[in-house]
Amino acid sequence: MSRIAVLSGKGGSGKTFVSTNLSNIMNNSTYLDCDVEEPNGHIFFKDSELKYEKKVYRDIPTFDSNKCVGCRDCVNFCKFSALAFIKDTPLLFDEVCHSCGGCELVCKHDAIHYEKSQVGTLSVYDNNSKKIVSGEMRIGEASAVSLISEVLKEVSDNSIIDCPPGSACSTMESIKGADYCILVTEPTIFSLHNIQMIVELVELFNIPYGFVINKSNKDLDYIIEDYVKTLNKKILAKIPFSKEVAQITSEGKLITNENEDVKNLFYNLLNNINEKVN
Amino acid sequence: MKKVLVISGKGGTGKTTISSTLIDLLDIKALADCDVDAPNLHLVSSFDDKSLLKEDQFKGMDIFQINSDLCINCGKCQENCKFDSIDFVDNKYQINPLACEGCGVCEFVCPVNAISPIDNYVGSTQVFKTDKLFSTAKLTMGSGNSGKLVSQVKKNLDDNIKDEPIAIIDGSPGIGCPVIASLSAIDVALVVTEPSLSGLSDLKRIVKTAQVFKTKTAIIINKADLNLDVKKLIIKYINESDLVLLGEINYDNNVSKIINSQNSLAKVNTLASKQIKLIAEKLLSLVHESQ
Repeated sequence: MSRIAVLSGKGGSGKTFVSTNLSNIMNNSTYLDCDVEEPNGHIFFKDSELKYEKKVYRDIPTFDSNKCVGCRDCVNFCKFSALAFIKDTPLLFDEVCHSCGGCELVCKHDAIHYEKSQVGTLSVYDNNSKKIVSGEMRIGEASAVSLISEVLKEVSDNSIIDCPPGSACSTMESIKGADYCILVTEPTIFSLHNIQMIVELVELFNIPYGFVINKSNKDLDYIIEDYVKTLNKKILAKIPFSKEVAQITSEGKLITNENEDVKNLFYNLLNNINEKVN
Repeated sequence: MKKVLVISGKGGTGKTTISSTLIDLLDIKALADCDVDAPNLHLVSSFDDKSLLKEDQFKGMDIFQINSDLCINCGKCQENCKFDSIDFVDNKYQINPLACEGCGVCEFVCPVNAISPIDNYVGSTQVFKTDKLFSTAKLTMGSGNSGKLVSQVKKNLDDNIKDEPIAIIDGSPGIGCPVIASLSAIDVALVVTEPSLSGLSDLKRIVKTAQVFKTKTAIIINKADLNLDVKKLIIKYINESDLVLLGEINYDNNVSKIINSQNSLAKVNTLASKQIKLIAEKLLSLVHESQ
């Protein structure tokens, strides 16, 4: 029983590929897509039944122009420069508002109240005893963090958490509460450079971790292997590059349903992780 | 200076490879990497420590700190913090610097002035100069502030080079704050996609994001022969949405070997590099049209 987060630093290394296929071979698993800017995991679980869908909101301030006296305390307080004072009324730039509640607190005239603004949508699907959870951020919204925390509320003790690329705030939010991290790499100098930032992040959070080399190529794997050796860590699995894998994945299909060899690789990966976690 | 931003929505479609090749082919003198939490353009550019013009620590939003000698443990800070960043450990209130977003609400509600701002360095910016000028940055892992850092990278580019016809800027995946910050004041958004259902879904979302900013958008289909059925869907979407298809690049086994050896695709003669040459020519005319 574990909550496994899948990260990569570099986009396109195969986070969703590894996450969806791992969930697929686990019994009663929950798959959580925290890449809410570009969620794709649900594409791979065909014939899913939508259990429920809900809008996710955050609070943003509204201004009562009858009560506002134009003191500008709110504008001066806002550390995010989300407020301006135009034509005797505060104006909100909601994409930079962090919903901190500060302007409402500083207003002495009861002119500011918070109301809900949609950040995105959360969808929960049922797929052959698996639970598929997907967050989709509204276009134009800047911060994914509140939606990710809503996605993670659906976590179970048998979960795969598909994280966003990069190593910034939304990735950090996604790995909160994970017992183990799979770092998905590919044998390129780009991936090597970005994975080092992820290692710093998971070490800071003190979460145990291991590596997968995706698109493995025996002539190039040393790029990642040499680095992993310096950390005294193990490579949990190597998934060889093949055009067949790429094509099947591009069609939105799970390779573990189509190719026995790769399916066995994923079973080995799962066993390797279970040994580490339990 | 016309600014071309290379973005993709989905990661790993080939932004950095294509950016670096276009830079070499068109002999672009002004370049920047706005993928601040996973920067890579420097790996395929010829800038070394000797060409470092300036490096600065990047100060993010101030974060806050509780002075426990003054704190009376009233708990108002924790009660009002919307980011769950204040913990009560060993009979003391403490602010978790990784969770603090720097809003200042805790400082405001503290009745005994025990809370004050502290500097928060969250990364660094670098400007390199050879016959080209390159602006880049690195964000400390786990940090917010990526949008603010992207704006600084663009400002460093503007401050250090002016009389160039075109600047190429490598962007980040996704559609959130670093991408939004990257898109401001851009003349052409070049979206690199790939023919997979994931790529198509992400393409639609990044195009809508660019449209919010009314940025002129052109598409490149990379690894175009990977899935011809999905490629047709992408072309249909491009036509229906009145977007410009700048060109296609076929899957080419040689590319990752060339990039790993830090060589430029512009200097070799493979199928991919020929196709990028055609794209480079079309890009030039597109940029001129945007005047």
